[in-house]
Amino acid sequence: MDWTAIALSAELALATLFLLMPLAIATARWLAITEFKGKPWIEGLLALPLVLPPTVLGYYLLVAMGAHSPLGRAFEALAGQTLAFSFPGLVVASVVFNIPFAVQPVQRAFEAIPLDVREAGQCCGLTFWQALRKVELPLAWPGILSAAVMTFAHTLGEFGVVLMVGGNIPGETKTVAIAIYDKTQSFDHASAGAMSLLLLVISLVTIAISYGLVERLMKRRRAP
Amino acid sequence: MSLVLELRHDGPLLDFRAEIPEGRITGLVGPSGSGKTSILRAVAGLLRLRHARVAMDGDIWDDAVVHRLTRERSIGFVPQHYGLFPHMTALGNVETALTHLSRVPRRVRAARCLALAHVEGLEARYPGELSGGQRQRVALARAIAREPHLLLLDEPFSAVDRSTRKRLYVELRRLHEQLRTTVVLVTHDLDEAAQLASHLCLISHGQLVQAGPTAEVLTRPRTERAARLLDIPNVFEAAVETPPSEGMVHLRWGPHRLSAVAAAADCPHSTVRWAVLPTNVLLARQDKPWGDHLENPVPAVVEEVIELGADVVVWLRPGGLPDTRLQIRLPIRAVRRYAVARGAEVTVCLRVADIILLGDDEPPPAPAVIPAVSSPV
Repeated sequence: MDWTAIALSAELALATLFLLMPLAIATARWLAITEFKGKPWIEGLLALPLVLPPTVLGYYLLVAMGAHSPLGRAFEALAGQTLAFSFPGLVVASVVFNIPFAVQPVQRAFEAIPLDVREAGQCCGLTFWQALRKVELPLAWPGILSAAVMTFAHTLGEFGVVLMVGGNIPGETKTVAIAIYDKTQSFDHASAGAMSLLLLVISLVTIAISYGLVERLMKRRRAP
Repeated sequence: MSLVLELRHDGPLLDFRAEIPEGRITGLVGPSGSGKTSILRAVAGLLRLRHARVAMDGDIWDDAVVHRLTRERSIGFVPQHYGLFPHMTALGNVETALTHLSRVPRRVRAARCLALAHVEGLEARYPGELSGGQRQRVALARAIAREPHLLLLDEPFSAVDRSTRKRLYVELRRLHEQLRTTVVLVTHDLDEAAQLASHLCLISHGQLVQAGPTAEVLTRPRTERAARLLDIPNVFEAAVETPPSEGMVHLRWGPHRLSAVAAAADCPHSTVRWAVLPTNVLLARQDKPWGDHLENPVPAVVEEVIELGADVVVWLRPGGLPDTRLQIRLPIRAVRRYAVARGAEVTVCLRVADIILLGDDEPPPAPAVIPAVSSPV
């Protein structure tokens, strides 16, 4: 069992959640309540990681983070290390490939809030932030929870993009998914099997718990 | 002091001007898609229009430079499906409108509003656990919580059954008696408006067709469009036989000569459209010696008799007018007493004061001021 890889994966998943969820909530709300001409293009762009082969996404991320790119140069000037093949680079990649998993459930949740409920907040004299805190976020909470769980589980399991952008540096970019691949390649089936089982159990438990919570939340709101 | 509205927009089409009297219930009545809800949402500040002038008690909410946010307008709003927060209890819903109060006064005030709206004992229930009528009452309690100057109700009774609706009518009238707030009630149901509102604005295609005290609007449509909106079936055309003089005009309707009350401006053309309410067409007893006492007598043949509960709708074919049908509405006992049956020959009387001369359909030229009536509602 490669505990370093497991810890690194957990760290990556938490960092991704921390950075991505606020951005995803803001973007999802904006897309849910705004109509504009180029909206399908924006939604398409955000959904791209779902359909692109991980190698293609990984390749473009690698190019964007390389030493010759503005992003790569800026990061190197600030941090003194390259963005590609580093943990921060992995976080950036993880944020990008998780965008559809984080944005879409939250967007659907905001879209499901009836217009009259949203407007009732204004009629009750609530400010934008009060309405967000008291009405919209609690109502969108099942979607936000689903998005967080999906992002967490997906980050633990992502392989292709991680390998392209991070390589296989123990303690830096070697996540549990890469470690399983490594162990299989070196015929260490016992470790590969144990880590696969652990990933399977973690994924199943988190998803089942989130489904259960969402179901409980929704039950109370349903009409009799 | 009143609510002054001047609203113009292209989609939805609106060209609406009116002055809503203070402290009354005013009904905005019109068919679906006529722009009633858009007017209400514009007043609430929820809909931005190309041109909007909204002033409440002289306080400008909307004009060319000012657009006050919804939360800065003194309004309570009950939308058609109530817009209750599904994740909050009934009490929580009302408390949400009282965030300007600290915790204890907020709770006391919310409980008081729920009591006013007759939903005591249901404070801890979620909207999903309430019936349609209870939800409507919670929404009303939430709308009155901030003691608004203006209460906006968008078809608030459309989602409840008939018996609950009747109870809610009484409760709304009672609540209005207590609060005396200016209420604007949107409905497509004329009967509902007639029972609740002291004033009516008839709306069609985003325009004000007629406004005034309810009894007057319902019984004296000014134009054919108003008569159609009021569902008055008896709208006819007659030739002006002698121009109006001394407040009277004489009309030629087929072979019949009709007298009607009219000012000179009522008959600018050689023909005029006129209407009579089905309830104002009187059956004359054949056995009585009427002589010349019968006002505008018209012989007719009964074509159809349809019983509708306690009322009967009778369609008549007036003599000499083969393409015209006149509807009268009678209580069922009158039908029995007068032996009204298909094929029977009867004489009806169209009283001079009940003949309504209809003007041309034109958009109102200036802001229509709804005259206040003295009787309180």
